[in-house]
Amino acid sequence: MKYMLLICGDESAAAHADDGCGGWTEEMQERGILRGGAGLRPPTEATTVRVRGDQVLLSDGPFAETKEQVGGFCLIECADLDEAIEVTAKHPAAGYGTIEIRPLWTA
Amino acid sequence: MDGVTAEVETALAQAFREEWGQVVATLIRITGDWDLAEECAQDAFALALRHWPRDGIPRRPGAWLTTAAHRRAIDRLRREAVGQAKLREVAAMVQPPRPGGGGDDSGVPDDRLRLMFTCCHPALALEAQVALTLRTLAGLTTAEIARALLVGEQTMSKRLTRAKQKIRYARIPYRVPPAHLLPERTPAVLSVLYLLFNEGYSATAGADLLRRELSSEAIRLARILAWLMPDEPEAVGLLSLMLLHDARRETRMNEAGDLVTLEEQDRARWDGAGIAEGTALLDGALRRGRPGQFQVQAAIAACHATATDAADTDWAQIAALYGRLASLAPSPVVELNRAVAVGMADGPAAGLEIVDALAASGALTGYHLLAASRADLLRRLGRRAEAADAYREALRLAATDTERRYLSRRLAETAANS
Repeated sequence: MKYMLLICGDESAAAHADDGCGGWTEEMQERGILRGGAGLRPPTEATTVRVRGDQVLLSDGPFAETKEQVGGFCLIECADLDEAIEVTAKHPAAGYGTIEIRPLWTA
Repeated sequence: MDGVTAEVETALAQAFREEWGQVVATLIRITGDWDLAEECAQDAFALALRHWPRDGIPRRPGAWLTTAAHRRAIDRLRREAVGQAKLREVAAMVQPPRPGGGGDDSGVPDDRLRLMFTCCHPALALEAQVALTLRTLAGLTTAEIARALLVGEQTMSKRLTRAKQKIRYARIPYRVPPAHLLPERTPAVLSVLYLLFNEGYSATAGADLLRRELSSEAIRLARILAWLMPDEPEAVGLLSLMLLHDARRETRMNEAGDLVTLEEQDRARWDGAGIAEGTALLDGALRRGRPGQFQVQAAIAACHATATDAADTDWAQIAALYGRLASLAPSPVVELNRAVAVGMADGPAAGLEIVDALAASGALTGYHLLAASRADLLRRLGRRAEAADAYREALRLAATDTERRYLSRRLAETAANS
C-alpha cells in the first residue's frame, strides 16, 4: 500500500530546511519503505497554473494562501496505515510541522 | 408460530446479543472488508433461522454462526470473481484464534472490550469510532445510533459509509492495539459503553423500554475498564455514573409499565448499596483533580441519588454542575438539562428563557425532550394552552410507548385543568 506524506509547516519550519532527516531516510530505505521524495523550496518561489478555455492562467505563489504550506513530500510503501503512522511519527518534521498521510489512488 | 419454535427464537436472540460482535469481528479479520463482514453475519443469522428449527440448536451457536458466515464470504467473493489469490487467502483462514487466546499484548482481559478497542481506531473521527463500534460490535441499527447521537438517520448512514471507505482505502488494519496505545482510544470506548448503557436504560425505540441486558453488560465492561485503568478518573467516573442511574432502575416504571418521574419515585426502593458504591467511586475519582464529563455527570446523578426527598434536591448545585458540563462537553442536550435545573432552582420563567433560546437556535429541532421540557415549564407557569400544544408536539416526536403514555397523561392533566 502506497502513501504520500505531505510535510507541512508554517514559516518557522523553513529554519529546518537544511537539517536533513537525522537518519530517517537511511532507516526507511533500509526497511524498503521509502520510494521517493524531496524537500521543496519556499512557496514564494511557486507558480500556479490553470488552463481555462484556451487560456493558460498563471499566478505567483502557492494555490492557497494558508499559514501552513507544503515543504516537502515522501512516497512510502507500507503494509497498512498503522505502519505508515509509525513511520511518519519518526520523521523529524513531525516534531515541528505537520505531516499529512494520503493513500494513493489505486486502480 | 409457523415453523419457528419459541425456543429457537430465544436462542437466536441470545446468540445475537452474545455473538454478533464476535462473528462480525472474525469476518473482518478474515476478509478485511467491513461491509462484507456485516452482510455475511446477517446471512448467517438468517440461515440459522431456517436450519435450527429443523436441525436443532447447535451446541456452540457462535461457532456455527461464524462458520456459516465464513462460507457465505467465500461464496460471495467467488461470485464477485475476486482474484484467486484473495479467495485462497480467505478460504484458508479457518477460525482464527479467538482474541481471548492471548495472541496480543493489549492486556485487556475481556474479549468484547478488546474488540471495542480494536474498532476505535484513532485515525477515524471520535464520533465515527463510536458509531462504527455500536454498529459493528453491538449490532445497533443505524437508526438507533443516529438517535443516540442526535443526528438524522441519513447523516449517520453517510458518516458510517465514509468511515468504512476510509478504512478500506487508507487500509486501516483491524488489529488489537498494544497496551501503550490504549489511552488514545479510551475516550471513544468510554463513549461506546455510555451509549450502550443508555440504550439499555431508556431504549430509543419500540415497546421494550428496559433492555436491561445492554445496561448490565455496559456496567460489567465499565467495571473491567475502571479496574484496568485505575489512573483514568473518567473510566471510574463512568462506572459511578452507571451505578447511580442503575440504582434507580426499579422505580423508573410502575407496575402498569408507565414512566415514573424522578420526583415521584419511591426513594425507599432505590438500591442503597449501588448508590453507596457509586458515590464512593466518584469521590475517589474526583480526588485525582482531573474532572471530565463523566465525573461531572456522575456528580449530578449523586445529587439526585443522595437527596432524601424530591424537595431536598440541591437544584442550585445541579444547575452549576450542568454549567460545568457545558464547558467540558458543550452540547444542546446539556444546555436543555441545565435549563430544567435552572427552572427548578430559580423558577420556571428562568428555565423557559434558556429553553426558548435553545428552540430558536434550531439545534434540537425534532427532539421530543425539548418539547416535553418546554411543556413542563409552561404548565408550571400556568400557561396551559401553550403547555398542551407543547405536550402534543412532544407526543408526536417521542420514540417509545412508555414515553408516549407518560406524555399523554401529562397532556390530559394539563387539558383538564385549563
